[in-house]
Amino acid sequence: MKGGYKLSEKILELNNITKVYEDNTVIKNLNLYVRKNEFITLLGPSGCGKTTTLRLIGGFESPTSGKIYFEGKDITNLPPYQRKVNTVFQKYALFPHLNVFENIAFGLRIKKVNENEIKKRVKNMLSLVNLEGFESREISSLSGGQQQRVAIARALVNEPDVLLLDEPLGALDLKLRKEMQTELKKMQQSLGITFIFVTHDQEEALTMSDTVVVMNEGVIQQIGRPEDIYNEPKNAFVADFIGESNIIDGIMIEDFLVEIFGVKFKCVDKGFDKNETVDVVIRPEDITLSRENNGKIEGYVENVIFKGVHYEMTVNTKNYTFKIHSTKMEPKGTKVYLDVEPDNIHIMKKVR
Amino acid sequence: MKRKNYAYPYVFWMTIFVVLPLFLVLVYSLTFKNGLKAGITLSNFTRFFEPIYLNVLLRSINLALISTIICLLLGYPIAYIISRTNIKHRNTLILLFLIPMWMNFLLRTYAWMTLLEKNGLINKLLTSLGLSPLNIMYTNGAVVLGMVYNFLPFMVLPIYTVLIKIDKSLIEAANDLGANKFKTFLKVTLPLSLPGVISGITMVFMPSVTTFVISRLLGGGQFTLIGNLIEQQFINVGDWNFGSAISIVMMLIILISMSIMNRFDKDKEGVNLW
Ligand SMILES: Nc1ncnc2c1ncn2[C@@H]1O[C@H](COP(=O)(O)OP(=O)(O)O)[C@@H](O)[C@H]1O
Ligand SMILES: [Mg+2]
Repeated sequence: MKGGYKLSEKILELNNITKVYEDNTVIKNLNLYVRKNEFITLLGPSGCGKTTTLRLIGGFESPTSGKIYFEGKDITNLPPYQRKVNTVFQKYALFPHLNVFENIAFGLRIKKVNENEIKKRVKNMLSLVNLEGFESREISSLSGGQQQRVAIARALVNEPDVLLLDEPLGALDLKLRKEMQTELKKMQQSLGITFIFVTHDQEEALTMSDTVVVMNEGVIQQIGRPEDIYNEPKNAFVADFIGESNIIDGIMIEDFLVEIFGVKFKCVDKGFDKNETVDVVIRPEDITLSRENNGKIEGYVENVIFKGVHYEMTVNTKNYTFKIHSTKMEPKGTKVYLDVEPDNIHIMKKVR
Repeated sequence: MKRKNYAYPYVFWMTIFVVLPLFLVLVYSLTFKNGLKAGITLSNFTRFFEPIYLNVLLRSINLALISTIICLLLGYPIAYIISRTNIKHRNTLILLFLIPMWMNFLLRTYAWMTLLEKNGLINKLLTSLGLSPLNIMYTNGAVVLGMVYNFLPFMVLPIYTVLIKIDKSLIEAANDLGANKFKTFLKVTLPLSLPGVISGITMVFMPSVTTFVISRLLGGGQFTLIGNLIEQQFINVGDWNFGSAISIVMMLIILISMSIMNRFDKDKEGVNLW
């Protein structure tokens, strides 16, 4: 582990977790640990098992096999109300029969905190989530964004060690979503609470997290810092899911040399069999276009869209249509040659 | 605009079968006919406030209240348990509960007579076990039993309907916030099911307070309820004026109790089977 010394201790550990519903294996042999004060995000397409993982941590489901440890203690069979974890549910699950104040105070009342303390803490929370003066409002009178903030306040007021958030921003419009992303991140840092965050939005995951866990079909594909996940995707799935990518069949001629559509490219990967077929992943922004024949892949610009900062072009070659992002525009129909720097070529073993 | 026309048959129906009879009852209750003399009077109403009649009213309300409370105490747990069983068995259980309701009301009550009689099934069973037979028939207890038996489904169904509609994630949220099963029930499930409880109470109390069949069959002659009193005035005594006055009083009592119940049911989430 990189820089392992400075990192804080593990607070939560999932050990060989498998979850089966009837005959459907939803989580397969999942291993994951979470450090204190970490902002960790489970990222993956819908149905990949993110919510199930969160529910296992919250105690609403028990694993078919495997163990869950909290601060070193086995909590696999502990009911939710005995776990030092609070959840912001995907659909908020606010109590419709209680007003905003009583919703937030719910956990404190259960713990029999005295009335003055409750008033103080709820008030603090309301100002933290920017809902001062909303104490006596009915839940049904709140907008989606306001409900979402009440849900966060209701969980945070209990000062949990770990906060679970299941796609909490999913129902918000883009602008509010961006605002809440920054606010959540700020809260997490100022309160020093461990966040386990679930989203299917890769941009959200990359901008907010310390650590990203990419999942697919109940299996962890890659765990790493956002930069690592983006720059060094471990397999074609991660590469494809994290941002747009060109994923092409290639042949590994020898160490540091790959052939794509009959053209040889230098690369930085080694350790494959001679002439092994591999997945080659190239980010759209890593391809350079030139009009002079440099002996690389030949193609014609098929389409150009201006995206504000860059142009998005599609280039037709004999075998594949490349996506290319560049600040320099080549007009439609231009004959171009596609080149890539060696360290921008990512070679991955084919998963078969 | 043309939609209005569709309402006419309904208005006609209402006039013939609801407004007109009610109006007649009101007219009867405010008039008297004595030989050749006839006129307007309030005496039918003042007569009702004589002690014997007031006692009948009190007894009716008393028995109906007891039955309603027993129905609630029995019905809530039943509805809760059924709502907690998994979906496959849920409908079967509710169906089992409803099947007796499809039998005729009179038949069901007669069936209880044969069970409770001096030489009925229950007493035969008791004597064969060497126990002394019970005198259940023709007591207040028998009347309450008949009411509870007949009206319990009216309590169970609305509560059940509200309970299965409660979002499971609210229960999980309460657990998440530290509430154990009991506290979750007290603080979330119970308050959210109150609309069902209120419908249930209304729907049991009203037929209980007005019944005359149950009290006549299981209570014998001596436990006259207000329903019996009205029936007697119309059928045996032939004093339609007094009978109408009692009916009006009864109607007022029901309207008042319904409006009180409705006040509790703020959100109008109650389920009405009527
Ligand atoms: N209670 C359940 N019973 C059966 N299958 C379930 C249940 N909950 C989730 N699943 C299945 O598990 C898979 C993962 O679901 P989920 O964890 O909700 O995915 P995500 O949150 O990543 O979208 C899905 O295929 C879903 O249909
Ligand atoms: Mg989900």
